[in-house]
Amino acid sequence: MHSFGYRANALLTVAVTILALMCAIASLSDNFNSPTPSAQVQVLNINWFQKHQDGNDEISLTLNISANLQSLFTWNTKQVFVFLAAEYETPMNSLNQVSLWDGIIPAKEHAKFWIHTSNKYRFIDQGSNLRGKDFNLTLHWHVMPKTGKMFADKIVMSGYRLPQDYR
Amino acid sequence: MIVTSALIIWKALMCITGSESPVVVVLSGSMEPGFKRGDILFLHMSKDPIRAGEIVVFNVDGREIPIVHRVIKVHERQDTGEVDVLTKGDNNYGDDRLLYAQGQLWLQRHHIMGRAVGFLPYVGWVTIIMTEKPIIKYILIGALGLLVITSKD
Repeated sequence: MHSFGYRANALLTVAVTILALMCAIASLSDNFNSPTPSAQVQVLNINWFQKHQDGNDEISLTLNISANLQSLFTWNTKQVFVFLAAEYETPMNSLNQVSLWDGIIPAKEHAKFWIHTSNKYRFIDQGSNLRGKDFNLTLHWHVMPKTGKMFADKIVMSGYRLPQDYR
Repeated sequence: MIVTSALIIWKALMCITGSESPVVVVLSGSMEPGFKRGDILFLHMSKDPIRAGEIVVFNVDGREIPIVHRVIKVHERQDTGEVDVLTKGDNNYGDDRLLYAQGQLWLQRHHIMGRAVGFLPYVGWVTIIMTEKPIIKYILIGALGLLVITSKD
């Protein structure tokens, strides 16, 4: 009962249990954070708008994205993954979500940002439904912790519309 | 003590998360710096629809090893509610179409095993070492066996 083997085993079990408990508590502390993020997106320019040979519409935009996500960071936050998705409805699809841009915010200092960019990923429809289409731009973020539960949320910005004609 | 409690926790997790494989080990660096090789991810699969931004674990037809990447595009059908999904690793330049089966452009729901909801760093290294250097697995099992045999009661 007092052999080295038993003592080593007991010690290891207690150590692992306490470590697991600490990770769980670290994660729980994230629940007390009530964030107040803000964001704004402007479509500066429609670069081009075409229909492909296979019948799918594609559009290229230049965007100005500004946001303040500093309140999302806690001591248990490793990074915040942020992305901007265009969301719209078509006759065939009840929901289309197309990610236009994403970025990684490694620290609180970088969480208040302003970026001028064309869409990083191609905005292609399944079909030819984009002319004159109303769409929302939603800024999503995913808080990735140092350990524990991940949180995700978003801000929906509506009122955007694509041009009526190809150009 | 550790082995039995680990087994109990594993089985409990399987019941709670409702998935066959509730924990996966991150094997590649395609989701860095968020997930590094050796981290473990807790999975959960619910009937909720798949949405952009979620980190999903999926199997490509014909490949054994599941891949953990983020959903960047979703197209959900009006009538059936079925989805076409495109994924990409945060740290990869391009999307996952190169990883999908020949001619496959989208993932469907049945490819997806679960969503990552939480994670623990470094713990997965034990599994990686045991898979890549099986001799260590044998040494561990041998040592455990020895412990059981030589214990006094």
